[in-house]
Amino acid sequence: MDIQQNYFAFLGVSEAFDIDLSYVSERYRDLQKQLHPDKFAHASDREQRMAVQYTAYLNEAMATLKSPLLRAQYLLTLKGIDTHSEASVSIDPAFLFEQMELRETLESAKASDDPFDVLESLSDRVEVQLRTLESAFKSAYARGDDTSLEDAAAAVRKMQFLTKLSSEIAQAEHDLDG
Amino acid sequence: MAYSEEVIDHYENPRNVGKMDDNDANVGTGMVGAPACGDVMRLQIKVSDEGVIEDAKFKTYGCGSAIASSSLITEWVKGMSLDEAANLKNTEIAEELALPPVKIHCSVLAEDAIKAAIDDYKKKQ
Ligand code: FES
Repeated sequence: MDIQQNYFAFLGVSEAFDIDLSYVSERYRDLQKQLHPDKFAHASDREQRMAVQYTAYLNEAMATLKSPLLRAQYLLTLKGIDTHSEASVSIDPAFLFEQMELRETLESAKASDDPFDVLESLSDRVEVQLRTLESAFKSAYARGDDTSLEDAAAAVRKMQFLTKLSSEIAQAEHDLDG
Repeated sequence: MAYSEEVIDHYENPRNVGKMDDNDANVGTGMVGAPACGDVMRLQIKVSDEGVIEDAKFKTYGCGSAIASSSLITEWVKGMSLDEAANLKNTEIAEELALPPVKIHCSVLAEDAIKAAIDDYKKKQ
């Protein structure tokens, strides 16, 4: 185990958007066991502190690789592109109009008589768009030249908006289920 | 996170929420989004023939700071000339609302939105 390694290497998979998630989960559980506090009950303070540090790193790595959005953002940071902390970037206006409209649909769905149907079709629409963006990201990232990486970053930015919407739809469904 | 009282007030009683007719030649629409969080904001202004902003409306799907920032800026721009409104800075909003550093991008969104609305209005003339 080495926390100088990036998340992919740490969890034993190669640096790409497509990863074997079941392998990653297995490896995660393995490392978790190795780092279990019981194993360090009689260890020195230093070793205990390190185990805590490693566990934090492990959890961060797992959370990042599990989420397609975070994984894509992380892949870009490995190439020196940070889309996550950008304050402002111009985004395709047509895309923003659509995002606004989708959120308005979600808002009115919550108040309608038959919210579940609307939520479901909205959710389908969002998932389809997300899959499309993910594959656009994947091929642009794989090409790897500067222009392609810019395209990959543009796809990730859009993924951020749709992922947010998708979690809001899930939240609305959850609230309705009471 | 602790929001300032002013943020909470603008969040609980947002001023000027709504929509204007985008086909109206006197209306400018600014649509912006924050790629850091995935929040979106629409800000619209209605400009008089003398070039003064008569009314402003917004709709924000986002955090409390973004809602408060857009609510505040729509209050401010009413009665301003286009140039005055274009010169508003996000730092003024952040200061007025006492936003913490992690929420600065929310006020940037409001500044970008008013600029985009002004650009859209000018394009229509
Ligand atoms: S967190 Fe997204 S605009 Fe504030």
